[in-house]
Amino acid sequence: MAATIIQTNTTPFAKKPIDPVTLDIIENALRNARIEMDATLVRTAMSPGIREQGDAFPLIADHTGKMIVGQFGSFIGGFLDNWEGTLEDGDMIFLSDPYSCAGAVSHSNDWLVLLPVFKDGRLIAYTSMFGHQSDIGGKVVGSMPINARSIFEEGVRVPPVKIWKKGEYNDDLIKLVMHQTRKPDWCQADLNALIASCRVAARRVIEMAARFGDDIYISATQELLARNHRAMKSLIAMAIGEEPVSFEDYICDDGMGAGPYKIKCTMWREGEKVVLDFTGTDPQSQASINFYLNENMFKMFFGIYMIMVFDPQILFNDGFYDLIDVRIPEGSLLKPKFPAALSGRTHALGRIFDILGGLLGQKTPEFLNAAGFSSSPHLFYSGNDKKGDWFQLFQIGFGGIPGRPMGDGPDGHSLWPGFTNVPNEFLERYFPLIIERYETEPDSGGAGLHRGGNGIHMTYRFLAAGTISIHDDRWFVPPWGVNGGEPGKRARKILEKSDGTSRIIGNKVEEVHVDEDDQLHFITWGGGGWGDPLDRDPALVGKEIVQGLVTAEGAKDYGIIANVDGVVDIAASETLRSKLRLERGALPLFNYGPDIEHLRANCKAETGLAAPVQPMWTTLEAAE
Amino acid sequence: MGYRLGVDVGGTFTDLLLFNTENGAFWRHKTPSTPHDSSEGILTGVTAICGDAGVDPKGIEYFLHGTTVATNAVLEGKGARVGLIVTDGYRDIMQIARSYVPGGLAAWIIWPKPTPLAALEDTVTVGGRMTAQGQEFRSLDETSARAALTKLKDQGVEAITVSFMNAYANGAHEARVGELAREIMPDIPISLSHEVLPEMQEYERTLTTVANAAVRPVVGKYVSNLRSKLAHSGFAGKLSLLRSDGGLMSAEKAEEHPVNILMSGPAGGVTGALWVGKNAGIRNILTLDVGGTSTDVALIENLEPRRVRTTEVGHLAVRASSLDVKTVGAGGGSIAYVPELTKALRVGPQSAGAVPGPVAYGKGGEAPTVTDANVVLGYLPENLLGGSFQLDREGAKKAVQTIADALGIDLMAAARGIIDIVNENMFGALRMISVQQGYDPRHFALMGFGGAGPLHVNAVARLMGSWPAVSPVSPGVLCALGDATTRMRTETARSFSRLATTTDAAELIGILKEMTEQTRAELQSDGISDADISSEFEIDVRYAGQAFEVPLNITPDVLERDGVDGILKRFDAEHLRLFTFNMDTPHEIVNLRAVALGQALDLPAAELPKGDGKPIAAKMRDHKLWMDGKEQAAVIYDRSKLRQGDIIPGPAIVVEMDSTTLIETGCVATVDKVGNILINLVGGA
Repeated sequence: MAATIIQTNTTPFAKKPIDPVTLDIIENALRNARIEMDATLVRTAMSPGIREQGDAFPLIADHTGKMIVGQFGSFIGGFLDNWEGTLEDGDMIFLSDPYSCAGAVSHSNDWLVLLPVFKDGRLIAYTSMFGHQSDIGGKVVGSMPINARSIFEEGVRVPPVKIWKKGEYNDDLIKLVMHQTRKPDWCQADLNALIASCRVAARRVIEMAARFGDDIYISATQELLARNHRAMKSLIAMAIGEEPVSFEDYICDDGMGAGPYKIKCTMWREGEKVVLDFTGTDPQSQASINFYLNENMFKMFFGIYMIMVFDPQILFNDGFYDLIDVRIPEGSLLKPKFPAALSGRTHALGRIFDILGGLLGQKTPEFLNAAGFSSSPHLFYSGNDKKGDWFQLFQIGFGGIPGRPMGDGPDGHSLWPGFTNVPNEFLERYFPLIIERYETEPDSGGAGLHRGGNGIHMTYRFLAAGTISIHDDRWFVPPWGVNGGEPGKRARKILEKSDGTSRIIGNKVEEVHVDEDDQLHFITWGGGGWGDPLDRDPALVGKEIVQGLVTAEGAKDYGIIANVDGVVDIAASETLRSKLRLERGALPLFNYGPDIEHLRANCKAETGLAAPVQPMWTTLEAAE
Repeated sequence: MGYRLGVDVGGTFTDLLLFNTENGAFWRHKTPSTPHDSSEGILTGVTAICGDAGVDPKGIEYFLHGTTVATNAVLEGKGARVGLIVTDGYRDIMQIARSYVPGGLAAWIIWPKPTPLAALEDTVTVGGRMTAQGQEFRSLDETSARAALTKLKDQGVEAITVSFMNAYANGAHEARVGELAREIMPDIPISLSHEVLPEMQEYERTLTTVANAAVRPVVGKYVSNLRSKLAHSGFAGKLSLLRSDGGLMSAEKAEEHPVNILMSGPAGGVTGALWVGKNAGIRNILTLDVGGTSTDVALIENLEPRRVRTTEVGHLAVRASSLDVKTVGAGGGSIAYVPELTKALRVGPQSAGAVPGPVAYGKGGEAPTVTDANVVLGYLPENLLGGSFQLDREGAKKAVQTIADALGIDLMAAARGIIDIVNENMFGALRMISVQQGYDPRHFALMGFGGAGPLHVNAVARLMGSWPAVSPVSPGVLCALGDATTRMRTETARSFSRLATTTDAAELIGILKEMTEQTRAELQSDGISDADISSEFEIDVRYAGQAFEVPLNITPDVLERDGVDGILKRFDAEHLRLFTFNMDTPHEIVNLRAVALGQALDLPAAELPKGDGKPIAAKMRDHKLWMDGKEQAAVIYDRSKLRQGDIIPGPAIVVEMDSTTLIETGCVATVDKVGNILINLVGGA
């Protein structure tokens, strides 16, 4: 059963020839409309996750549901195939259940609205946006229980429903949904913001169609898709070989003691098509680290990485989708079966980008960056302040950006587009917190000709007792280096009690009690290094010691002997570098650090945490 | 006899405009800029313009100056070496910045990370802590403060800035470190964050303080050099600089707070447009300032330009008020190209700049630019700058032909395509400041200035529906005109951050009074009499929990009469207009601002002689140009010979020393009484 689209005007759009100039004008106008969606959202949203950090994603699609502008690719085609109802002027769809939109949103925290845009009785476009809600109810504050065994523990789940039906707002529905969350004020504001953004974009599309004519507008969107198709076709022919290449990487653990979980992707070209096959990926987890990966979304990620280098001005769209064949085994970590828990999907989502980089980089060095997408490190802190008022914080942190062909990876920056940190003075003003430290972690970036970016060492002093939860990864399997670069250092978390004692705590933990004046050291991973560290300019290593980004001890990874003031002993360094060059073998393309067995054996000693045990799948076949 | 001299130093030219305050007569002059020492070009210009006007430099009362000296110091990293002292645990505040990587997914791969304005080597930490409520959590560690200062002194920093956590709520620790600094290095200028910007958000406050410190010596040196050279040439009047927010500040104040002149350059055009608007009777204006590499746009509503709280310079967003000027990389020098892969026509942001410049300038440029397309189409007739400068039309044709070939279309279609795309880019920028802010562009006139603004203003007005399209008097030196005609201004802001329900009007009125006195005192210290000063106030309101606030104008009287509720009602209306919805969430009063303004100048514009509606006397010659897909007959007019009331049907071209106005087919222009050219659709408004 597919959606029934009700149009009062069923005249089909006529295909019109488009001159290149009109086409580019429409492309620009669409780009501007998208920017406007973002601007509307951040100005009116309220949860720090969206308003301060920008965790939301817009999309404008053509009348068939193909994405013309956006970042995450379109899910609309799949949605329409499964929607057993009507879609007409004045309707707006609202959903959050990943299982009912084929993973268009990948956990229930992401609320999505979809607005079919009608003009003169005909459907001419869709606009859509989704954003991360800070709380949607469920068993834990923030609604992302790492230990959930099914999606039913992860808060309110909204199947596709009409929030607006022929122009009429479904107030009861929203009351029901808002009743489930701990933060109805934030959710209501953020939902309003999503809706306002879609309406703004719809208005722009209608204006554009009025300006150029409906037929021209529609024909232009089709030509934009076709242009993308042509561009990607030649890119694929140029950059992807017929010989299969594979790349694999790991999610460290599932927060329940098991891990690591392998994600494997194999890529090859068949004629004009590229195949991306995830066979060999581990089966789904019983906890919530599963990532329901929408195939189209992955096509988009792939396309963006490809296009970025060749014509960064190009507008990414869905036009090239039939050139890419994505195969994800059912029941795997990337296509778990209902009702597997999904809320902790951020780690696998991040890891997908490391895998993509590794995969493409093997044949095309211009793509090769080191690893750095850990996840989005999350901290949750909630409780009642001294006045007795409830507070809850959800904060996304950052690690180091990997070493890149163009240079060092920036320290403590975001790999996610549009994300920013929350000002610490803001945190201190609105939460019972003092942020004692907000600095980069020296030596955490992998050594290399181009150093990986350092992770961040952030110290929270809690001024009220409460509970915290942490979701982070890259604490067990390090972010790899490339072209001779060293892996980055791993993430760690230390709880320093008010009595002066300290203990290491896990990187995926739920509801840890904290007392007033406890301090949490939240230390993120560094990016992998790029190129041979022994080739790095000694003076630069010395300077970075002065800057506190590298220590004198850490300088030895670059074959540099220097004192704490950054004064390099040139002769001793030369000797050390020669010695290291002799001792080591040929530099590998990828440096993953020790293998899993060694990591396991040394885990307790190196990280202070018990090694994760090999996951066992009693009920599920390995996804081969 | 009173004369005001406006001087705008741009990258290529220094523009001067000498204004007779009694009768509105003015003289203008353009001279090449001298980047190694701008004062040389300025002096050359002053001598020339005074000669033209027969005015002794002694007769100039005010020297009013828009300058990019502070902007360039930041952009080119030529500011002072700044030592930064921060709270323990925050050494990397400038290194981490806001963790933001511009661009979309995977943009981090190609993002060059800028170096912090205060070097990490010169950033040191000191113990001591305030809370967000302004209470001392940990006392200042004076030993570590002394050690930090001594270290920075030994390292040879040229300026000190102190920026501690929560100093906006309590600046005592910063003040104490400031005292120690004066003791340890008495000759080094010191900036404290709670004085420069008493607002929440540690990164923005620190950056602003550092930026101020970094440009201070550069601006100081510039001003004193200029002052002595001007004095030498006989000038004895007052020297003022244009602030980013469009007001003037004394040169002395600018030396102390140069962060306020970071966007002095583009502000000049907007203030110039204000003056033109006032004289032309146009109160709502969108400005379109088209230069060689970029275009600046701004919005003026009811003769009041929109301001924002942030000044953006390159990648840095500094917290200082500025006019809301948006810049796009689209100008006369923007290069057109067709990427192999997509076969799309792209224009900019790469620019041929001043060197080598467009192909038509014959200075070695080879890439086709917007200017070349204008030449090919016949919109830019072959002699510019009064004939001293011949354009190479054949060269331009050859260059544009490469685009035509790549696209498989004919030469003229390609040239017009380049123009359409660059117009579209300008249109995009104008939408951002109008439609996106909830303004209907159809209620605004569009004013095009800068070298190429009047060439594009008609076409862009058509896209916007903004009529009339205005080519103001002396569009090429409008910035200098703006410098000459605006007034003194200063402002101060404070974080308030409290729910409206716990705030009463009397308290707000009390704070506003304090801020009034502070700002008025500042202008008085520049020699303005109290009677000439007027005050204005703004209150920023948002729904508690939002990140963006809406600024509302207020007066103490209105506050007294309508109470806090009155403000909230206005906020709700404004929020509805901007974002299409309201909420039940409580309101938060975020910031308070007070502005003090010097006397508004009622400077008249000189009237043109009355004509009979027929511009025949100004006709230079017949001409052919390409428009609407065909070659058309047009007429070229000499602007200096136009009279008021002249009516010019399109297509037509009006030339003057430094600018060219294009009137399109289907449009008609009228010359108003002071010489502005107002273009409307035939049969339109």
